[in-house]
Amino acid sequence: MNKTAATFCRLKAKKSNLPSQGSVFLAALAREGRLQVRRRGDLLNPLVFFALVVVLFPLGISPTEEILAPVAPGVLWVAALLAVLMSLDALFRPDLMDGSLEQQQLSGYSLAALAMAKLAVHWLLTSLPLILLSPFLGIMLYLPWEAQGVLLLSLLLGSLALSLVGGIGAALTAGLGKSGVLMTLLVLPFYIPVLIFGTGAMQTAISGGNALPHLALLGALAALALTLAPWAIAAGLRITLSGE
Amino acid sequence: MSESASKPPLLTVRQLDCERDERQLFSSLDLDIYPGDLLQLEGPNGAGKTSLLRVLAGLLPASSGEVFWQGEPVKQVSDDYYRSLVFIGHLAGIKPELTPLENLRWYAALEGFTQEEDLEKALVGVGLSGFEDQPCHQLSAGQKRRVALARLLFTQRPLWLLDEPFTALDKEGVAAMEALLVAHVADGGAIILTSHHALENLPGLKKLRLGKLAGDNHE
Amino acid sequence: MWKWLTTLYHRLASPKWFYQISGLWLPWFAVVSLLFIGAGLIWGLAYAPMDYQQGNSFRIIYVHVPAAFLAQSIYVMMALAGVVLLVWKIKMADVVAQSLAPVGASMTFIALVTGAIWGVPTWGTWWMWDARLTSMLILFFLYLGVIALREALKPQDTAAKACALMAIVGVINIPIIKYSVDWWYTLHQPATFTLTEKPAMPASMWVPLLLMVIGFYAFLGWSLLLRARAEVLRREHKSGWVKDLLQRK
Repeated sequence: MNKTAATFCRLKAKKSNLPSQGSVFLAALAREGRLQVRRRGDLLNPLVFFALVVVLFPLGISPTEEILAPVAPGVLWVAALLAVLMSLDALFRPDLMDGSLEQQQLSGYSLAALAMAKLAVHWLLTSLPLILLSPFLGIMLYLPWEAQGVLLLSLLLGSLALSLVGGIGAALTAGLGKSGVLMTLLVLPFYIPVLIFGTGAMQTAISGGNALPHLALLGALAALALTLAPWAIAAGLRITLSGE
Repeated sequence: MSESASKPPLLTVRQLDCERDERQLFSSLDLDIYPGDLLQLEGPNGAGKTSLLRVLAGLLPASSGEVFWQGEPVKQVSDDYYRSLVFIGHLAGIKPELTPLENLRWYAALEGFTQEEDLEKALVGVGLSGFEDQPCHQLSAGQKRRVALARLLFTQRPLWLLDEPFTALDKEGVAAMEALLVAHVADGGAIILTSHHALENLPGLKKLRLGKLAGDNHE
Repeated sequence: MWKWLTTLYHRLASPKWFYQISGLWLPWFAVVSLLFIGAGLIWGLAYAPMDYQQGNSFRIIYVHVPAAFLAQSIYVMMALAGVVLLVWKIKMADVVAQSLAPVGASMTFIALVTGAIWGVPTWGTWWMWDARLTSMLILFFLYLGVIALREALKPQDTAAKACALMAIVGVINIPIIKYSVDWWYTLHQPATFTLTEKPAMPASMWVPLLLMVIGFYAFLGWSLLLRARAEVLRREHKSGWVKDLLQRK
């Protein structure tokens, strides 16, 4: 190790203009991406959880197609929903614990936008793999082929709402050492509409109907969450910070 | 304050009250911070030094009173205000999974510094050359502290709020850090800090004692 | 007008003023609630005519419907108190919100239990995934969430603001939940009896119901004031006026 004496001399660094909100958002995306990729173990856990919960159902109910096929949409959706919820629990806690969160609030840039960067990366690295895994679990539950596409689409739209709404719970419980159960209690009731429309879309597709209206409703829920949740998440984070 | 009396204050605090867990920490606090001021908050543990810094940074709501940035209420110019201050709390804001360089890159991006060589120079400046590419969780507490303090080498933000900035620094680091503080206020910046170190020999140091006498014993 | 509003603001924000004025209101709420609930119960249980389909078992609506009314409106009140706390920073709003939550949760519970009891003679089962009962069950979980959040978070100011935000998020979600549950219900179940949908009720049936609803709201006022007064004393136990008050007794 080559040890150089610390001088703490001020640098005459080359400075460009004060960055725009957009460029800070991009920098946040890059940082979050690096950060979450470095925590590889955390990325795998929700996938394993998802698969394990699904496997429990044939073991707990019956392995026969007549019984599994009708409940497959519900089982897949409930398991995916729980996996997303669990993975969100630690979304903001490390940032709060190491002081990154207070630095984000003090950055002079929108806390909501910075939280969205985090959530976007999290969705990309956690929910998307989960969605891509779901058809394989669907096969294991004898999910009819015609429902596979709707499964993917409904999870794709629904998981946006799940992530955004779950983020509110994660923001409010970040200050608690362990909050798994409380976070579940807070957030699960809000997941019910997503669950209903998500499984509704699949059941309609299985019975030969048009799943588009349900998917549209899921899209509407996602859009609503996208407009309101960032504000609520930022408010939740500020509340959590004020308690530190 | 005589030499700076002609300039308007950067930060003005009026009738600030702070209460935490039903305990009055300080009340009716008035404070004017001018460019060139170096203010040390003093007081026993629990006197509210950290809380005052957090209230000034807007992290903790005050029970009553107001804080002004260049004459405007902070609530109305919060983006301007936040882009003018650096707060380094007892949490360093350093991600253990990222390297010192990656950590610094984020804080540099917030201020529009994009030259990698500047960041490397800053790390060399805080004595971390050779550690640029090690994840921070492999660094010692003092080294992590240095990563956080490296921001101060390039930041253009005038107001520094530093909570125990010397924690975990070795002797050499403390001396170098003191020199940096002096250089910043000489450039027209302002610093409010808490520290258990005796900073007596720093030119222009002012003190504010919190605790029982809060509010009526400051300069 | 402005001056009047600012006076109101300061008064509402003052725990002492609240404590004094609520002491005057308390007996009125008590009398009205006892009177209306008493009259409504006697009329509803003993004198109102029997339902031609459900017989005497329909009489449980005299408890179920007012409880369900309160369960929903208390949540809205809690969210409104939350807005007042977050926007105007009036801490009394949180005292109100904190006092409302357990009352709301109990009302939801009463509505659920009475619904289940009514289910036995009507549906022949203690639980039916009826749209209204299911929504009520979800509302019960929403209440429990807010209460648990307050228990978990420290300090009090943080817990107050977090619960306020939670109640606001909840109140935006409740219509969505309700709509989705109704939609789910029609998808899965043929419409059967529901407890509260009645073809034109005769006055001898709905007047006692109205009395009960008014009585329940007065009861809410009564228990809210009692709880809020106790909470004000707890929060202000260090201030001068509470000490004076305690010494006088």
